[in-house]
Amino acid sequence: MLDADFFRRWMTATAVSVEHEAGRLTDLDSPIGDADHGSNLQRGFRAVAATLEKEEPGTPGAVLTLAGRQLISTVGGASGPLYGTLLRRTGKALGDAAEVDEQQFAEALRTGVDAVMQLGGAAPGDKTMIDALVPAVDALGRSFAAARTAAEEGAVATTPLQARKGRASYLGERSIGHQDPGATSSALLIAALAETAGE
Amino acid sequence: MSDVVSSTPDTARAEGEKLVGIVLVSHSAAVAVSVAELATGLAGGGTLAPVAPAGGDGSGGLGTSSELISAAAAAVDRGAGVAVLTDLGSAVLTVKALLAEGDELPSNTRLVDAPFVEGAVAAVVTASAGADLAAVEAAAAEAYTYRKV
Repeated sequence: MLDADFFRRWMTATAVSVEHEAGRLTDLDSPIGDADHGSNLQRGFRAVAATLEKEEPGTPGAVLTLAGRQLISTVGGASGPLYGTLLRRTGKALGDAAEVDEQQFAEALRTGVDAVMQLGGAAPGDKTMIDALVPAVDALGRSFAAARTAAEEGAVATTPLQARKGRASYLGERSIGHQDPGATSSALLIAALAETAGE
Repeated sequence: MSDVVSSTPDTARAEGEKLVGIVLVSHSAAVAVSVAELATGLAGGGTLAPVAPAGGDGSGGLGTSSELISAAAAAVDRGAGVAVLTDLGSAVLTVKALLAEGDELPSNTRLVDAPFVEGAVAAVVTASAGADLAAVEAAAAEAYTYRKV
């Protein structure tokens, strides 16, 4: 069973990972974006970690809802509302249960990913975070480790794609050959999840 | 917040008539402020609908600030609804995410699908004439159909 502390540790592990990888995320965002993905997520997840420490939400749903809200209000770029919606909708889907099992979490995360697709209008293959998140959710039924592998493979597989959403889409064919920064940070989020689960 | 007086002391305006508020969200504070000036300037000298810019990331840079958007929407809310116009990308997504939150924006707030500059002019002119939110939204959206060549 996964309790509030598990989800708090997931968010903290994500903050550490984003801190570590911020330079790489911004580098990936330079040729096809506006070179702020790393610094934006760094600011957002720092705020998430600080808020979770201060407010100590008591359920899995409350942890993710608060984290999502914090991302929406602190990031300042498109990744704020997108990741914010992912975590908030996942948190809301978990309700107010004190503990959830892996199956419930996998279903809730799928709800969150669906909400992100609706918000941004992106589908698999558009060279976005969805290309890491959808395979991760599909694999989550097997194990956290399988989800991590699927997300990382999904992120790498965005390289030959042409961007169809966001600023990168203005580049047309010139977006081909670059790994998508949003898919890359989504893979970090899922890797932090597997790490938190000890897988 | 519904009993705030209209932004213009217009004695001819019927008691209690409330104007739709307009929020202009851009990645650039300068763009948001300038478009607000342009739209209110072109709306004429009579009663003006309340208009508030919400531009930039809130700390002098380019970006989107949910705090600025929420504050601007609250500032122009007279109880007749609030029309929000945005430029692109995170401005659109942030407003949509705030609307999905449910309690971050005044209850009758709509993201209006319209070109930013032309839509803002249409929205402010229409709202200043006392039109309701649906009419303001339609006027702003119609700005998409004005071809230039």
